[in-house]
Parts: sequence; C-alpha cells; structure tokens
Amino acid sequence: MEPAERLDQNHELTLKELPYIIRWREDRCTRCGRCTAVCPVNAIEPTVFAQRLIHSEGPVPTPKTVRRLTQGVRQNVDIERYCTGCGSCSLVCPTVAIEPEYNPQHKFLIFKNKGGVPYKRGGRRNDPSPSTVDQLKFTRISMLTDPALDAGRHEFRIRTLLGRNLPPEKLPLEQRNGHLQVREESGFIPPVREIFPIRIGSMSVGALSPHMWEGLAMGVAYLNEVEGLPVVMCSGEGGMPPRLLKSRFAKYFILQIASGYFGWDEIVHAIPEMTEDPAAIEIKYGQGAKPGDGGLLMAYKVLNLIAKIRGVPLYVDLASPPTHQTKYSIEEAVAKMIQSMSMAWGFRVPVYPKISGTKTALAVLNNLARNPYAAALCIDGEDGGTGAAYNVSMDKMGHPIASNIRDCYLDLVKQGKQNELPLIAAGGMGKAGNLAANAAAMIMLGASAVDIGKYIMQAGADCFGDEYNRCNLCNTGRCPRGITTQDPKLYRRLDPDKVAERVVDVFKAADVELKKIFAPLGRSTELPIGMSDALGVADKAVAERLEISYVC
Amino acid sequence: MCRLSAITSHDYFSPMENILALDTMKEGHDGSGLGLVLKDLGGEFEHLKAYPILSGIASNDGIRTLDRHMAAAGFREKYSWEPTIREVRGSEIRRRGHYFAKAYQYPQVYEDKTREEKEQLLMETRLTLRTLGEQDESLFVFSFYPDVITLKEVGDPLAVAEFFGLESNGLTAKIVLAQGRQNTNYAIYLYACHPFFLQGYCTMTNGENTAFVPIREFLSGRRFPGYMGYNSDSEVFAHILHYCHRQLHYPLPYYKDVITPLQDSEMARRPDADALRLIKKSLRPLCIDGPNCVIGFTPDGTLFMAQDAKKLRPGVVGGVPGKVALMSEECGLDRAVPKRDKARDFSPMKYDMVMVPPGAGEIRLWNQLNG
Repeated sequence: MEPAERLDQNHELTLKELPYIIRWREDRCTRCGRCTAVCPVNAIEPTVFAQRLIHSEGPVPTPKTVRRLTQGVRQNVDIERYCTGCGSCSLVCPTVAIEPEYNPQHKFLIFKNKGGVPYKRGGRRNDPSPSTVDQLKFTRISMLTDPALDAGRHEFRIRTLLGRNLPPEKLPLEQRNGHLQVREESGFIPPVREIFPIRIGSMSVGALSPHMWEGLAMGVAYLNEVEGLPVVMCSGEGGMPPRLLKSRFAKYFILQIASGYFGWDEIVHAIPEMTEDPAAIEIKYGQGAKPGDGGLLMAYKVLNLIAKIRGVPLYVDLASPPTHQTKYSIEEAVAKMIQSMSMAWGFRVPVYPKISGTKTALAVLNNLARNPYAAALCIDGEDGGTGAAYNVSMDKMGHPIASNIRDCYLDLVKQGKQNELPLIAAGGMGKAGNLAANAAAMIMLGASAVDIGKYIMQAGADCFGDEYNRCNLCNTGRCPRGITTQDPKLYRRLDPDKVAERVVDVFKAADVELKKIFAPLGRSTELPIGMSDALGVADKAVAERLEISYVC
Repeated sequence: MCRLSAITSHDYFSPMENILALDTMKEGHDGSGLGLVLKDLGGEFEHLKAYPILSGIASNDGIRTLDRHMAAAGFREKYSWEPTIREVRGSEIRRRGHYFAKAYQYPQVYEDKTREEKEQLLMETRLTLRTLGEQDESLFVFSFYPDVITLKEVGDPLAVAEFFGLESNGLTAKIVLAQGRQNTNYAIYLYACHPFFLQGYCTMTNGENTAFVPIREFLSGRRFPGYMGYNSDSEVFAHILHYCHRQLHYPLPYYKDVITPLQDSEMARRPDADALRLIKKSLRPLCIDGPNCVIGFTPDGTLFMAQDAKKLRPGVVGGVPGKVALMSEECGLDRAVPKRDKARDFSPMKYDMVMVPPGAGEIRLWNQLNG
C-alpha cells in the first residue's frame, strides 16, 4: 500500500521546528517582491494562494462565495533553506509587511545535519545570557577620604603597553653625575608599543569583504592621525594589501601569521620596501570560537584580490590546518617562531602568540614568561567570533575568558612578572553592548588590553548576528550586510566611509566611557591593570573564583 | 585626614615638638592615634648608635617570647628602655603591656658581617617576632634598626604623648616623624599605623592610595620578605622608597619619577629621558593617582616631601638653618619653627620634591621637569 506521507506531508517539517517564523501581513503587502529577492537563503519565496472570499455586489447584500488566486509570500520549511532571522526582508519592505520572529520552541539543531554534514555557520556562541564579565560592577567609588578624579580636568592616559617590559632589576641603567642613564652596552631591550587598550582583533581580508576591511583600516588610520587615539588593528590571517603594507600606515596594523601562512609570501617580499614597522606580529595558535580547529576560506571567496594578497591561485579552497605544521613543542617551535618573526624585523617589533581560552593556558603562559622574546599572550575566550566553524565548536568548546585571564594574571603576580608579559583578552567583549565596561573589568582582572571583532562588525557595519543564531551566514559568502562576502553585488551595499566613521565613533565613545569608569575609581594616569579591589559581583561563587568582592 | 609632622634638626630635640605641632592642626585630624619614629637618637641612646634597637609593644607573655627568641638567635640585650606610662584622665587609651625599645648586640657571628647582611638579619628577626606575636596580639614589633625608635598607640596624639610621658622622659632625636591619626580607612590596627619603617627607610602619608592593590601585588612579587604587612594602603610608599633607593640603587629624586612619572612629552626635556622611559614602563604598576602627600627619610637621614601629581594633599616646608619642619599645615610649621622667614615657606606641587639633608643646613627643591 502506498504510504500516506504524500498526502499528509508527514516527513516535512512544520514552521514550529524552525528558529525563525516569518510574519507576513497580506493586508499591507504590495507584492513588490523585494523581500523574496533580498533573502540571502531563499527562505521565503513568492507563491500563489487560492483564497475563498465572501463577495457582495449591488445595493442589497447578496453574499456569494468566490474563489480566487492571489500572490503572496510563503516561508520554506526545507531545513537547507531555513529562515535565519536576518531581517533583510523587513529592511527592504516599503510597507512594514514582513518580519521574522524568533521561535523559542524551535528544534533546529535536531534536524540541521542533512547528508551527515554537521551544522556549520559563522558568528558567535548562541548563548544570550549575560557573560561573567557583564556581571561585574565597579564598586570602589572614591568618596571623601579620596576625592574622585575629574575626567574633564585631570590628566588622563588611557593607554596600555603592547610588548615585553624588562623587570626593573634588569634595566640597563647606570648612574652618572647623579642621573640615571642607559648603558651603552645595553643588550636587548624588547620593543614596546603604547596603544589604546581596545584593539580591533584579527579578521582577515578574505573573511571580511574589501569594503569592510577598508572601512576598518580607514577608521583606524583616522583615529591615529587625527584623533590621536593609538588604536591598532590585526590583519587576521591572509596578509594585507601590499600598498598598505609599504605605506606609513603599516604601523597601525598587527600582522597575523596563522597555520596556513597565507599572505606571508607577499609580506616577506614587501619587508625591504616597508617604510614603517608593523605594530606587532601575532602568531595565531588558536581561536576562541573554534578552539583546536582550523579555518577554511571557501573557493568561491578566493577572487582576484584575495588570491593576489594571499599569493594563491584563484578559486581554490584555502584551508588553515588546526595546528602549525612546525608545532611539535612549545619550547622548540613556538620559541623559534617568535624568534624568527622578531628577526625578520630586526627585533624591533613585538611578537606574541594568540591562543584560544583553555585550561592549559597556564602552561603556555609559564613558558612564555620564561621566553625573553615573547611580547604578550593573547587569549581568545569562548565568546569569540568566527567567519566559519562547526556549530558544536562554537557552542560547546572553549573556555570563558574572565577566569582564564584572572588565573593567568594571578599566576604572573606569584612570579612577580605581571608587568613583564601583558595579557590580552578577547572573546565576547561588548557582547551586550557594554564595551568600555567589559574592557575596564577585564583590565581590572589583569588584562592589559582587549580585542573586539563582532562588536565592531555590529557597531561599524550593522551586522545582523546575535546570540539567537540570527543570520550567522558569514561562512556562506552571502552576508546580507556585505561584511563577510566577496560578492561585489553584496559588498557594494556597504560604504567603507560609513564604516570608518562608525569605527571612529566607537573608539571615541569608548575612550570617554573608560574615563567615566576610571575617574570615580580614582585612577587616571596608568591603566588600573589588576585593580581587582574595584570590582564586585553579586554572585558568591564568581567572587570567590575571581578573588574579588561579593556585593549584594 | 591624617596630619603629618616631621622635624629635622642639627641638635637633639624632644618629639613633643612634633606633637604640639600636630595639636595645632587638630581640626584636620580626628585624634585617633599617634605614630612616632625617631632617628639619630639622643639622650640615653646617644652612645648606643651602633646597636640595633627593637621597638614594639608586648604583653608579659610577649616579653617572654621575645626574650626567648632573641637569646636563641644570639642577640644579647645591651640596653632596655620603657616609657613611664601615665594614665591620662579622660582618655580612653588602654595600656597594652610593655612599650619597649631594646638595644641589642649583634650575634657574635655577625660582628664582622657587612651592613647588608646585618640589615637582612634584623629584618628577618623582626618578621619572625611579628609572626610569633601577631595571632594573639601578645607582641607587636615596629622597627629593628640601629639608632631608630618607633612608638605607636591609639588615641589623641597629645594624650598619647602624655601617656608615654614624652615631655619629661628625656627621649630626644635629630629627626622625628609623627603622624596624628590611626588608619581609619581600614580596621584600626597598630600595624596599620604610619609611619612605616623598613631597613632605614621610613615614610608617612596623607591620603588614600587608589593604586594600592596593583602596587601591593607588584611589591609582593619582588621576593623580598620585608614587602609584607600592607594593613594600610600607605605602607607601600615606604616599600617603594626602599625598592627604588636600596634595591634598584636609584638616586632619591627618582622616587618621584616612579610614583608620578612624567608624560612622554614632558620627559623629552630631561637629560635622562631614555632612562625615564624605561623606568616608566618597567615600574608602571607603582604609579599612583593620589591624593597623597608623602614625607619620609632615607638611611642617611635625608628628609623629603613629595606629592602625587593630581589631587595633592596639604604639605608645607619651612625652617631656619639647623632646623626644618615638614608639616601638613602652616600652623604646624609656626609651632615647630616660629622664627623663620615665612616668605620662604614652600608647598611642593605636582612636579616638586623637597629634600632636607641631615643637619637641616638647607632645603633643596627639586623639580621633576628639569631633573
């Protein structure tokens, strides 16, 4: 007997299984078709409905049933064409007739593995609950015994040091005529950069569209050259446009080398022509969003510009392996890599590794603490973002950044090296919009600086993504905002000048907010790194774990 | 707010001079305690300058613990002094037991050791005694160093002075630091009372140190056993001084460069700019934001006053050749050195440091911008 599935659609999903349900208002819709045209995943499509209407004509009501065909919008229930909730349809709708609505009862993950392929996406961890960092408050307010500083009157220096500081006992100083002078045979003094404590973290040309990357870069250059804010930005893996590399702006960029070494052939060849040293070199060993996993730039993103910058053929998948091929031990390979990169720029550039948040961070830290050439340690927590990863990596792998940084800082304190090796915290900074507060809290837990990625994509280019799995299409090359795509039809939606303007807005505002946090705490000259007495949290377990005050 | 009274003189004088000066500044402090450090001692101690003096407070049990430990460590008691305690009517000062200053002979094996080795021994002995008596509060030890006596007690400074009988017991010195308030920002506790002393370095501070925790953690990480205690946020000022001057061998004015580093643009004018840049980075955690006025001395008897760079606390210096006072307020200066040229009084500001060499022959002004 023929199964009844064809008749009752038994093997189809209902809309209730999907994470977003399209609310379409037939009465408002003009059938212009913009929504279905813009949808990046074809989750909605034009369709024809048979309608049964009660119709009456003439002076006396004479109701009659009429059947007629009408056009409309229908949501697809195919799991491969699920609505991501991006809201592009609402954005373009001239009559506010359509919007996706989050469906908290969805069973999306149960079905999203068709063909045995696990769910892959871009974005961040889908956990909208407040992070630990967001729960921290600043509770040590200067009152009477210690008048608060005035952010408008007192000298303020919201700056941090990127690079290794020599311990005071090892400074090459000598006394001459009652003054201290640097000894002529001073030995190696590690390079140190003074930067703004919020940096733009690593996002590559390739993962980002040319317009997005250019917008960020222009914003950073403006902040440095016009606003006097020494903000730096990391290239991500994939090199930098050679013209930029050879320009005077190169000093505002941190060059990242990762396991695929993409772009480094071009960079190495550009070194003799570089007029400025880069701000630093970041060796990426891990990423908070997908710890222990590699990266992949899909072939369709490898267009002319990308291929040129990265030194690869057109339209080939570019896989960054999970680990550097040379990394057989931290003592050997990491130390050698740090030295090689230092040597390439004559030991004038800070070189540091970036790892994903992990319980083993202390082992890495201790090794770096003993390596005189290691300039810092960047730790990327579980709330970090990515352009592409398996959902399971993003949602279930990794380590929260707060306790990871705190443990590392307190370990350095035990060794008396907390000022020698700066810690940089990444992953989830500004997750709920509180960028300056998150940065300040991390600094007081022991970080010297923080990195942002998703935050600047949201603030700078209105990225749709959020912790409810909204959009998160970065891996598909179909970013509806034009941020993470190499498709000119999509990225021309994004105006690089507007991105740059927003980048400037974000950092100027953060600078003011940091002052508004530090001034009442009575700090203004040096960054209050490790000033944990200023922090409080209304959760005893968190307070105990982070060794800060419990307040309620 | 604390009130500070420091006097340095060519001749021996009584610490009552400091306390009477403190009393003129009474409106500025809450009369909750007195801390006194006397250096370059006169009177009964004038001929005992080579012998380390242990200052502290002990119960009967504490004295027994102390004697037992010192004997076991090979110290031989050379001289013992206790103030004649007077009950002060109307005062709530509670006698804790024995207030003592005992001069010892070094253990024989140390007779020919270097000054540094002897200082190490004295500090370790003091820390051990502190540990032995801290739990049950049977023994407090404040300093153990040649030619230095420390007295501390809770109460109004004038009443505490009467309690110790300071006006008539013949105790004199050429340098005296007095601080007129217990630490009210934290728990009232004798180990939280200024001035703080470590291996010849001593400071007292007016104000609250907002950078206390990072500084404490930095100093604790220097692996120097004397960098401990920190019952007060002001204790770190003495230890920063000790660290910069004794451990790192920086000349005294660099203390100011460490706690309040210049901006990079200001540094460029200094002949030692390159060194300053390195110091600023490597000693970044020791930077303070104030408000703090620090008065202190170094082992050679140089007295100094320095301010933070933003909020500042009251502080004024003035005197005559042979006697100079460093006070929180002008009225204290008037009481300590009335016959001076007031026009030459100096209140150090953001960039200034005042230094008075031993003997008080001159007042040296140092400006950080010029170096």
